Amino acid sequence: MNRSVTSVPPPAKRSSSILTKAACAPHTVWTVLFIVAPLLFVCYYAFTTEDGTLTLENITALGEHTDTFILSVCMSVIATVLCLLIGYPLAYCISKCGPRTQKVLIMLLMLPMWMNLLIRTYSMMAILDDGGFLNHILSALGFGELHIVGTAPAVIFGMVYNFLPYMVMPIHSVISKLDKRYIEAASDLGCNGFRTLTRVILPLSASGIISGVTMVFVPSISTFYISQKLGGGTFDMIGDTIERQFQNPSTYNVGAAISLVMMILILISMAVMNRFSDDEGTVIV
Amino acid sequence: MKTLSKVYIFLILAILYIPILVLMLFSFNSTNNTGVFTGFSTYWYEELFRNAETFNALKNTLVLAITSAVCSTLIGTAAALGLDRMRGKFMKNTLVSLTNIPMMNPDIVTGVSMMLLFVFVGNMLGQTEKLNFWTLLIAHITFNLPYVLLNVTPKFKQMDRHLPEAALDLGCTPLQSFLKVELPNIMPGVVTGFIMAFTLSLDDFVISYFCSGSEFQTLPILIYSMTKKEVKPDIYALSTLMIVAILTLLILSNISGEKGDVAERKWNDFRSRVRERMTRGGEQK
Repeated sequence: MNRSVTSVPPPAKRSSSILTKAACAPHTVWTVLFIVAPLLFVCYYAFTTEDGTLTLENITALGEHTDTFILSVCMSVIATVLCLLIGYPLAYCISKCGPRTQKVLIMLLMLPMWMNLLIRTYSMMAILDDGGFLNHILSALGFGELHIVGTAPAVIFGMVYNFLPYMVMPIHSVISKLDKRYIEAASDLGCNGFRTLTRVILPLSASGIISGVTMVFVPSISTFYISQKLGGGTFDMIGDTIERQFQNPSTYNVGAAISLVMMILILISMAVMNRFSDDEGTVIV
Repeated sequence: MKTLSKVYIFLILAILYIPILVLMLFSFNSTNNTGVFTGFSTYWYEELFRNAETFNALKNTLVLAITSAVCSTLIGTAAALGLDRMRGKFMKNTLVSLTNIPMMNPDIVTGVSMMLLFVFVGNMLGQTEKLNFWTLLIAHITFNLPYVLLNVTPKFKQMDRHLPEAALDLGCTPLQSFLKVELPNIMPGVVTGFIMAFTLSLDDFVISYFCSGSEFQTLPILIYSMTKKEVKPDIYALSTLMIVAILTLLILSNISGEKGDVAERKWNDFRSRVRERMTRGGEQK
């Protein structure tokens, strides 16, 4: 993002470079102390025992969390795909509206994001819970009660509910900036509406999809509040496991190892996602 | 087709808002039933206000948000100035990349990594209570910094480079030139950065959760500990109050704000995260 070329060449520096260095100093020190050092500590804890001797035990002990990792990846992939399936048509529909309506709709979509994630998830739980609002309506209508909280769909639904706007925003921003002439050309050349969508609009909005996917996948896979509340304690995701390890100083090392692996996992998946997008992905958003 | 897309948009927005509205409704319920509305009362609000913890957490949250926003704005603005003058491209890029790490990492990793640092240092100093207000403040400043830099750096780039030069030629000291010429130019960026830092700090749960001790609780942490216990509508009441407070703030800032609505601001902070994830992930390949 610093690639942009400064149009005016900087004039000969009259203000001393000492001043420059002094201005940067607090920030540099801060970055090293509180961003770089903590990450080194994660590595340090991941490869040592509680008393500080080097070990690979924490990493090898991750084997017993394999199920958690697989479950988390599956759940967040499902949530991400659902967000895409729901979010893409939504973004498309919004982009069809007039400019004023679009602004209002986007505003309405972003408004819940100002509310704390805890409140949003909790309100979801209040509705879906066994004695909750939805079940009372269902039983009043004579459908019988549904056990929702504590099942996998509830957790996935919670993720979709919380992170859907993250998917819609980048896709909408790409679609609304599409050159309308491409679409006209497609229909001139004989594409019907559906083929225009799949052959023209979809490929052109790939960068938005990729941004959306990363923005939904990363918080989904690392969440612990959503799975705690809507999973009713039966769904252990990576986030829950990490959180539990940090309740007790004796398991900090294992927790650090899991965090490290998760961080690497996310970096890899982002790099993979980026292979699918061209450079424009970073420009358009 | 047109009506279908309208129905679709309406449906999704309804799903987004219904849980929040139900939660607000049931905060006025007369019993602690969360499924059936038995009658209107403000009992849960009174109950909430009888609790000194609520006020304490509210005070803590505000104190933390203001101090962290002020500190990160000061450090970040100085750094943006320094980065603007810095000649070494490598140094500059490294520093910016490092600063942006908290934006790219999942919050849980950022929180855990800082907690490990604090615990390690606390152990070395032999403290019993390792996590306190100061660790929380450090954590908040750290995750606020990239957002301040993101808002201030472009303002330096947009500024006419000859202005400070002229000021120096006309006899200003470098400090005077900064205060009288550059600062007014970059002020909009500084203000946006400050507001963004303030709202991020108000809203943060995950990082605060790992970096706070028992004696200093913020509102999100209080909500978390309240939801760990049995479901009681006093959490609904607290959530409703927070939602109303946020809405009021948003409306006020929309009325008084000169440019850009609130949805846009949230969108901007989200967009910077997308960009960061996309570019950093790209560099890994």
